[in-house]
Amino acid sequence: MRLRRSMLYVPGNSPSMIQNAHIYGADSILLDLEDSVPLEEKDAARELVRMALSYLNFEDVEVTVRINPLDTAFGVDDLHAVALPMLDAVRLPKASCPEDVKRLSDLLTEIEEENGLERGRIHIHPMIETAVGVENAFLIARASERVDAITIGGQDLTADMGVVKTEEGVELLYPRMRVVMAAKAAGIDALDTVYADVNDAEGLKKEALMVKRLGFTGKAAIHPNQIGVINGVFSPSEEEVEEALRIVKASLLASKEGKGVVVVDGKMVDLPVVKRAKRILMLAGVDFDV
Amino acid sequence: MSKVIRDVRRVLELVGIEDGATISFHHHLRDGDSCLLMIMDAIAEMGVKELVLAPSSLTNAHERLVDYIRDGTISKIYTSGLRGRLGRAISEGIMDTPVVIRSHGGRARAIESGDVNIDVAFVAVSEADEEGNANGLRGRNAFGSLGYALVDVRYAKKVVLITDNLKPFPLDTISIPQYLVDYVLVVDSIGDNSKIATGTTRLTRNPLDLRIAHYSAEVIANSGYLAPNFSFQTGASGAALATAMFVRDRMLEKGIKGNFVLGGITSYMVQMLEEGLFSVAFDVQSFDAAVTSSILKNHNHIEIDASFYANPRNKGCLVNRLDVVVLGAMEIDTDFNVNVLTGFNGVLQGASGGHEDTAFGSKLTVVVAPSFRMRIPTVKDRVSTVVTPGRDVDVFVTERGIAVNPRREELFDRLLKAGLPVMDMHSLKKKVESITGVPSPVTFGDKTVAIVEYRDGSVIDEVKQVA
Repeated sequence: MRLRRSMLYVPGNSPSMIQNAHIYGADSILLDLEDSVPLEEKDAARELVRMALSYLNFEDVEVTVRINPLDTAFGVDDLHAVALPMLDAVRLPKASCPEDVKRLSDLLTEIEEENGLERGRIHIHPMIETAVGVENAFLIARASERVDAITIGGQDLTADMGVVKTEEGVELLYPRMRVVMAAKAAGIDALDTVYADVNDAEGLKKEALMVKRLGFTGKAAIHPNQIGVINGVFSPSEEEVEEALRIVKASLLASKEGKGVVVVDGKMVDLPVVKRAKRILMLAGVDFDV
Repeated sequence: MSKVIRDVRRVLELVGIEDGATISFHHHLRDGDSCLLMIMDAIAEMGVKELVLAPSSLTNAHERLVDYIRDGTISKIYTSGLRGRLGRAISEGIMDTPVVIRSHGGRARAIESGDVNIDVAFVAVSEADEEGNANGLRGRNAFGSLGYALVDVRYAKKVVLITDNLKPFPLDTISIPQYLVDYVLVVDSIGDNSKIATGTTRLTRNPLDLRIAHYSAEVIANSGYLAPNFSFQTGASGAALATAMFVRDRMLEKGIKGNFVLGGITSYMVQMLEEGLFSVAFDVQSFDAAVTSSILKNHNHIEIDASFYANPRNKGCLVNRLDVVVLGAMEIDTDFNVNVLTGFNGVLQGASGGHEDTAFGSKLTVVVAPSFRMRIPTVKDRVSTVVTPGRDVDVFVTERGIAVNPRREELFDRLLKAGLPVMDMHSLKKKVESITGVPSPVTFGDKTVAIVEYRDGSVIDEVKQVA
């Protein structure tokens, strides 16, 4: 399991921002070839991102690239350029049906074979940002073994719905819940859309807390200064960690003693609860195997 | 006879400026100062030659001095810093005698000990009365503490105040008392106080600086020094100033109240004082004209002179009571020596300031800087100019890693335990060079263009002419 609380958007046409992308504490970085790159710079950005993936060291941070949609003139070329050993995942914009994901997965398989990469190693993060995509969320989440997170894109989705994105976010409530449920059902991560006002840390925190309650596991950041807030919200509290430690210790003890039932604080604990506790410890960076 | 004079030429005749005289100024108005050049223009017109110019520092407002060096009006300069066109020209070797660079504490020592004898101190003040009582706190060009000039007025043979705000005797707030003052020169304007707070003294939103500041605050929080009653100072660079924001968060979180803040005081420091996070602010230089109202109304915001601040040879200076200081760097080397004076190209473009004074005095010295600037790594095998010796620098913080001085092994362990990316300086250097490559060294000529004096008066380094 990978820690994926925050994912920093980095414009694929900015060398200085790419070079420093991993230093701000984000769990993942997203080098963007799509919406943040103007049409006339698509080729240059693709080449820049390819060079970055070839020569820079992003250390422990998950490296993802948002390619242009495969039905544009750029998508396939993007994929060929960036499918390198350093790439952890491709973000697929405007994923509307499972076939979009399958097509990308098949292309990745071909490229992995051509380049002698381990097959299936590059993951896919479909981005749900159309009304059709929302309705197909579960099918998209299950379309390929490569999918280990799905995300929601608020700007494009509200545009597709013909509504305005508001502070309280009622218009995105259903899509968010649908995407979360699809992710949970598929057993993968759900990442929320960006919070656009980079100077409003309070608003960002409020929205992050809200989507955490819905079940999102992380949130995209559009500016490095947002990462601290996002990581804070999606990291477990001290009380949560202590409780999780008690649960995991009890379950380890129970299995050692050959008992099927785990009891914590006088209450019986089910397997999903143990699983959740382990996830909390992982998020908190607590080693629970010893 | 009245002390009030309204003509620059007349005041110069009265104090009797002669060839070879030593004259001083302060730089509290920073980039907004117009007094130094106003006086120099008049002196040059009188045909006086071979002056020794001994200001507390020189800023971008003083670039035109190049002309007075070229025509022989000025033959020697003592200063804390040199910038812009002036720094470039001096680095290119336009002076026959090397500039002497002193720290703020070192300058106070030199004046008090008689190493530097000021013939006439010209002191810009934002409010004065006709007897020569004065302050920098009121008036349209209020600039705050008069810290550096307070040494000059006590030791100079003659003292000339320059003001654009003459008030009836007596003032109710007196930083400079009348008995030290020979003349009060009244002019239309002493400068522009809106230029005091330049980019470097404002709180940054730059994510890189904030990242460094975050690490730097974590270093402080886990060093053991962030404890009740601690004392604190930050330098004026973006990341150093921003460290205060994160330190404030930690103080609030842990319920820690500090003792004092020191040095260049910003409005952010004033805010922490007003919140009760520190008991006292000792202000040798106000980095923001907005700070002046705090000195006026808050008894715990105290104007101090540069000797009180950092003179190593008086009977006790405040830097020696510092727990933590956060400072910037242009370059640092694998022995932790710091250069804040010459840029990547070897040209004079910085200032010694209080760097070596506070690094010496404080229990924990944290130096912060980006690991590279414009493709040039900050860590070198050897800095081009040593201003602060490595023995006084404990931790170097960048966005890509934190190096701890091997003299502070216990600190290394503490920071490692706290999960911070600590490493030795050589590893950090290699890490940065893996991105930037190794730049070829700057080539210098043989001529010495500046002598860097350590605060005790010894010579710590020399700056050579750029090729």
